[in-house]
Amino acid sequence: MTTATDSEGGTLAVEIWRGKDAGQFETYTVPQRANQTVLDVVTWIQRHAEPALAYRFACRVGVCGSCAMTVNGKPRWTCRTHVSKVAGEGALRIEPLRNLPRLKDLAVDMTPFFEKWQRAQGRFTPTRTRNDPLTTVSPQSAGRKAADAGIECINCAVCYSACDVVGWDDGYLGPAALNRAWTLVNDERDGDRAGVLKAASSGGGCHSCHTHGSCVEHCPVGINPTAGIAGLKRWSIVELLGGKLP
Amino acid sequence: MTPVVLYLAQRLTALILAPLVIAHLVLILIAVEGGLTAAEILNRTQGSVGWGLFYGLFVAAAAVHAPIGLRNVIHEHTRWTGRSLDGAMLVLAVLLAGLGARAVLAVVGTP
Repeated sequence: MTTATDSEGGTLAVEIWRGKDAGQFETYTVPQRANQTVLDVVTWIQRHAEPALAYRFACRVGVCGSCAMTVNGKPRWTCRTHVSKVAGEGALRIEPLRNLPRLKDLAVDMTPFFEKWQRAQGRFTPTRTRNDPLTTVSPQSAGRKAADAGIECINCAVCYSACDVVGWDDGYLGPAALNRAWTLVNDERDGDRAGVLKAASSGGGCHSCHTHGSCVEHCPVGINPTAGIAGLKRWSIVELLGGKLP
Repeated sequence: MTPVVLYLAQRLTALILAPLVIAHLVLILIAVEGGLTAAEILNRTQGSVGWGLFYGLFVAAAAVHAPIGLRNVIHEHTRWTGRSLDGAMLVLAVLLAGLGARAVLAVVGTP
């Protein structure tokens, strides 16, 4: 246990997972400061108490989606999570994200998360070259509005970690990949929307969602993946009845 | 069958089952509260095309609905998956349909 010596005010008792699957929580005492984020706390520990602590971050301003961890049992973006909102009685327990393979300490392997984006065909298929004029898309069109509602995903995997179905079923694509698929099937510029819908409707796709809404509850940028997944379900049925989906 | 077909089949059968289950429960209450004997109930149901259709539809919907849901539960909470699970659920569907049909015939069939 490491004790802080440069505290300006109170201190926080911070439990941090050390190790991979086999490991244990180590407790650190960290100086409490005004407007302190959970990422600030982890960084303080890494710089002052435990140089070998592994964790991941980049932008520190809620854009890159790198720093998500499990904080007091809930997945959160740590750079935008103020300690004062989650620490309760001055205690923090920080673990790696759930539902992803652990690498070391607070760092997880994001490979399965991004592989599932590919399985859901969560990539734009262009229909024009750079020499063609830009497509005119009305921001007021229903499709564009639906796509806009889900487009600001930062790939932080908080929803993936929060999802119980991902925990039960390794094959389930998860909320983020399906949300991306939903933005693409609504994007009139995409050249293979039928392919995206087919990928998102295959085994482990949108029909596996139980509509628990944990992704909505925890998404740090306020996206509603459950609504997008429900949209994919509806769309898949329309396409099935129209003979366009097997 | 693809996931979307199974999804649609389960939702459609749920739509069918919901009112049928309520009607079935209400019927039980009426029969019990009214003091109807088994013989009196059979007297009303035997030879009835309406009751045959009612419970025939009930059995068919349940035989489709239950195996799909059970397959999802087993897939999510155990390691059992793939063709063997699909086969087992198909057997369950046939079993439910067979046992259900036997029960319906016993109630609406004429002696």
